[in-house]
Amino acid sequence: MEMFIMGLTIFVLAIFVGFEIITKIPPTLHTPLMSGSNAISGITVVGAVLSSGSQHTMTTTILGVLAVVFATINVVGGFMVTNRMLAMFKKKS
Amino acid sequence: MSSLINIGYLVASVLFILGLKGLTHPRTAVRGNLLGAVGMLLAVLLTLTNQQIISYEWIILGLIIGGAIGAVSAIKIEMTSMPELVAVFNGFGGIASVLVAGAALLENTMGAEVPMMQLTIAIAASGLIGAVTFWGSLVAFGKLKGLIGDNAILFGGQQIINAVLAAAVLALSCWVVIDPASGVAFWLLVGVASVLGVLLVIPVGGADMPVVVALLNSYSGLAAAATGFVLSNNVLIITGSLVGASGLILTQIMCKAMNRSLTNVLFGVLAPVGDGGPTADEVYGGKVKSTSPEEVAILFETARRVCIIPGYGMAVSQAQHPVASLAALLESRGTKVEYGVHPVAGRMPGHMNVLLAEADVPYEALRDMDETNEDIDQVDVALVIGANDVVNPVARTDPNSAIAGMPIIDVDKAKTVVIIKRSLSPGFAGIPNPLFALDNSLMLFGDGKKAVLDMIAALKDN
Repeated sequence: MEMFIMGLTIFVLAIFVGFEIITKIPPTLHTPLMSGSNAISGITVVGAVLSSGSQHTMTTTILGVLAVVFATINVVGGFMVTNRMLAMFKKKS
Repeated sequence: MSSLINIGYLVASVLFILGLKGLTHPRTAVRGNLLGAVGMLLAVLLTLTNQQIISYEWIILGLIIGGAIGAVSAIKIEMTSMPELVAVFNGFGGIASVLVAGAALLENTMGAEVPMMQLTIAIAASGLIGAVTFWGSLVAFGKLKGLIGDNAILFGGQQIINAVLAAAVLALSCWVVIDPASGVAFWLLVGVASVLGVLLVIPVGGADMPVVVALLNSYSGLAAAATGFVLSNNVLIITGSLVGASGLILTQIMCKAMNRSLTNVLFGVLAPVGDGGPTADEVYGGKVKSTSPEEVAILFETARRVCIIPGYGMAVSQAQHPVASLAALLESRGTKVEYGVHPVAGRMPGHMNVLLAEADVPYEALRDMDETNEDIDQVDVALVIGANDVVNPVARTDPNSAIAGMPIIDVDKAKTVVIIKRSLSPGFAGIPNPLFALDNSLMLFGDGKKAVLDMIAALKDN
């Protein structure tokens, strides 16, 4: 139970941190914000790697590998496309 | 070893926070995104050193396949299709949470030990939110891509069906928590949550898509956080809640910009159109003046200040590059050009800004709604391209109208307004726009891209 309360504390505090940072992001950057935050939500890849590597049963391995594929698309695609977009935002030359 | 890994995860979390912080300015944004990517790499590498892992072949295969698909889609995607891509990536994050939760349930029910209740609650939440995110995102993708009707799809009893499904989802969640060893309960829960995900997005209309995409973004974060509770892993909890908060704020901003409540958007309810509102004929009858690209070019020659107001129509006709060339040409003649971007213009938050940045428009020239409205009365020519409801002055003047109270860009206060539009057909709100009939308004009927190219040609001829 302690673990859970600990997790909950972190969850709530991180939401407040998120609110503080995100409200400062200008509308111009809202699309890259979405794709970028989307990429970091692919952090599930950490769990996916554990499930596919610990090989408890065939089924957990298959579920894990599929999860790795989906989460990695999310992560790699998300960061790359965000980078591509942000590189286009230029100052007046 | 494990505490070393956890310290590494803490570093990764800090990198994510710094990365998001970098996004607060275009100058630091590229670096911010890079910091996030480094954090992710660190988290993955640390996880690979976990002693639970006994075999790497499958992991590496998965990473390679996923990485390749992600990289190719990121490189190939057109900027106009960005909303679709973000929607589908959101969905993939969601389905990954479902799969991880499913695997965790199996692992924890194999032995004789009964898993702790907080674990099964987290597994149920992870499966539920993940499935809603995945299917909701797929429907949003289909709508944005035009595979499913762009309009709100409403049918009788929709709300009742949703309520029944929501009750079923709750009941199934309880079943998962009480009897985790029965794997059926979890997958039934995922199945019903999937149907719920589809039905929640189906009734949402095209112009409301920015809200839905933002909300699904928030869900994908919450799904990751729930998975964090399943694995008792802080980096997932922290990251998930950051993304959840981010999506929620964007959802709020979008709703505010449309003067709609989230419930209205989600249930496909538009504000009731006031009875006896003026018909199109009453508003437009004999008062609409149409113009030609040549005439607009003459207007531009004497204008000192021009403000361009882009809407979804600009994206549809891929007019962003000609628009930027027109602006550059005007600037070279000493005219000041700026862009007034409404928060809900386009199909996702900030969509217009990305398109204009792609066309090499410097970000200093992109102004938000409030900045634009501050001195719009000093603008000589306001050029509206493919926007309608977001420049409809009725929002300000008629308290009974369907869009009453919605913040708009006050182009009607500019000295001259030129509106490029295919016809006088109404926008999403379905009401006529008296802007088109104002004394200082000129309609330029036609395709956005062609109209702008013709203006450029006319300017060069003179």
